[in-house]
Amino acid sequence: MHTNPTSPLLQLGGMQVAYGGIKAVKGIDLELYRGELVSLIGANGAGKTTTLNAIAGSLKIAGGEILYEGEKIHVLPAHKRLRRGIALVPEGRGIFTRLTVEENLRMGAYTRNDTDAIEQDLERVYSMLPRVKERLAQIAGTLSGGEQQMVAIGRALLSRPKLLLLDEPSMGLAPLVVEKIFEVVQSVAKEGVTILLVEQNANLALEFSQRAYVMESGKITLTGSGAELLTNPKVRAAYLGEAA
Amino acid sequence: MEIFLQQIVNGLVVGSVYALVALGYTMVYGILGLINFAHGDLVMVGALTALQTMMFLMGVAPGMSPVAMLTLSLLVAIPVCMLLAFTMERLAYRPLRNAPRLAPLITAIGVSFLLQTLAMIVWGRNYHTFPQLISTTPVQPIEGVFITPIQITIIIVSALMMAGLILLVTKTKLGRAMRATAENHRVAALMGVDTNMIIALTFVIGAALAAVAGVMFASNYGIAHYGMGFMPGLKAFTAAVLGGIGNLGGAMLGGVVLGLVESFGAGYIEQATFGFLNSSYQDIFAFIILGLVLIFKPTGLLGERVSDRA
Repeated sequence: MHTNPTSPLLQLGGMQVAYGGIKAVKGIDLELYRGELVSLIGANGAGKTTTLNAIAGSLKIAGGEILYEGEKIHVLPAHKRLRRGIALVPEGRGIFTRLTVEENLRMGAYTRNDTDAIEQDLERVYSMLPRVKERLAQIAGTLSGGEQQMVAIGRALLSRPKLLLLDEPSMGLAPLVVEKIFEVVQSVAKEGVTILLVEQNANLALEFSQRAYVMESGKITLTGSGAELLTNPKVRAAYLGEAA
Repeated sequence: MEIFLQQIVNGLVVGSVYALVALGYTMVYGILGLINFAHGDLVMVGALTALQTMMFLMGVAPGMSPVAMLTLSLLVAIPVCMLLAFTMERLAYRPLRNAPRLAPLITAIGVSFLLQTLAMIVWGRNYHTFPQLISTTPVQPIEGVFITPIQITIIIVSALMMAGLILLVTKTKLGRAMRATAENHRVAALMGVDTNMIIALTFVIGAALAAVAGVMFASNYGIAHYGMGFMPGLKAFTAAVLGGIGNLGGAMLGGVVLGLVESFGAGYIEQATFGFLNSSYQDIFAFIILGLVLIFKPTGLLGERVSDRA
């Protein structure tokens, strides 16, 4: 399908998500253009993870719409959204702990049949994540948290996504490892993959992002460029640990 | 010594049938956490469908060779069982995917009764003689140890099917998707796996194994009827629990171990109880084992995690 390059890749229009009767996301608007790295920041329980899960199809929306390449994709099940190019690295990594590292990575290429290209992509992932390559035959559950995060990102890349959704890639990891992971994220962004990043570590997220949205109890309360938000006193007070 | 070896032979034969059926239980449990109590009845449907096919073939082509007849009847029984399992999953279990655990479990028992009752309506309540198309004349590979060609066939066919299943699950992309789905449905779907399709397929593969087990079981004993799936079903379930439910290797091991225990139990129970009990009590061993495993090692021989389920 041919789409206008200036139209957004992803557009949330009044999207609502509810758990039982309780609305976790209360009608949000968000736009993501091709090649952008945009982050979604906010406190615990603001609805960030819920938003990503709804985009990827793990959760059904309760209202509004999700447009992707101009199409309403919120009616599609998760596995069909992946085929359209949406990949989610879930919160907590979602590694298949009983499969080997290599099997985990190959699961990322599940929908592809271009064997040669898959092997090339595997090699690229290995070159990006050298520590993963040494552990291919290892059961993934035995990896450290940082290594699991690398595998989870590598696995998502193997689907050749157009839109990569990253949920808290820095969670529970040592600063050095976080740095490594953000290097990878940046290099992926440079290759032209559009990224929507959810981060607790707002400082880090804003530093890397072109634009950002701030979410508070299910609503988007602020939006702007990464640099703008970094210097915004409200943001600094609320999320960057500074006294107002 | 001959008696000892004979019990091993008997144990392997019945054990490989238990193993084939146990695989169906364990695969479904692994992917859904559901004990599909109707699985044993697929053994019965497989046997009776094959019987029906044989009757038909004997009518239209009386000169057909026994092997061709057996093969053709399997080729009918397998898809019938697969289709039945597919329907069962779609109509009975899928709507209950997110229901409390007890609901699908009780539904499974209901489906079991349903299948038995339907079979009773179709095939009547009587025992049917099942044509023994492979010779039942025993050979003696060792003096004093008897094994029939049908028993040899059972062991070989079971071993081949199990090897095939292991290859499918460990070496193919489909098998990888099955294991991934068993571990985490949501993340598997995020990889582009149609998890509903994988779950249906798991039922269908288990059903194919059960159909083959049913035909072999009936061929060995020369008898088939609507309730014949119940006891092997329960025994196979025991075998799956013994091996560690959810674990494929465990189901195979559990099946063979259970077969051997039963066979030795039946062989020696009379001596052991000074004639108080005889070999017709052989069924008690499976359930003694089930009790002991659940009390002392609920994870089974090869299981990893304690199961708090059903």
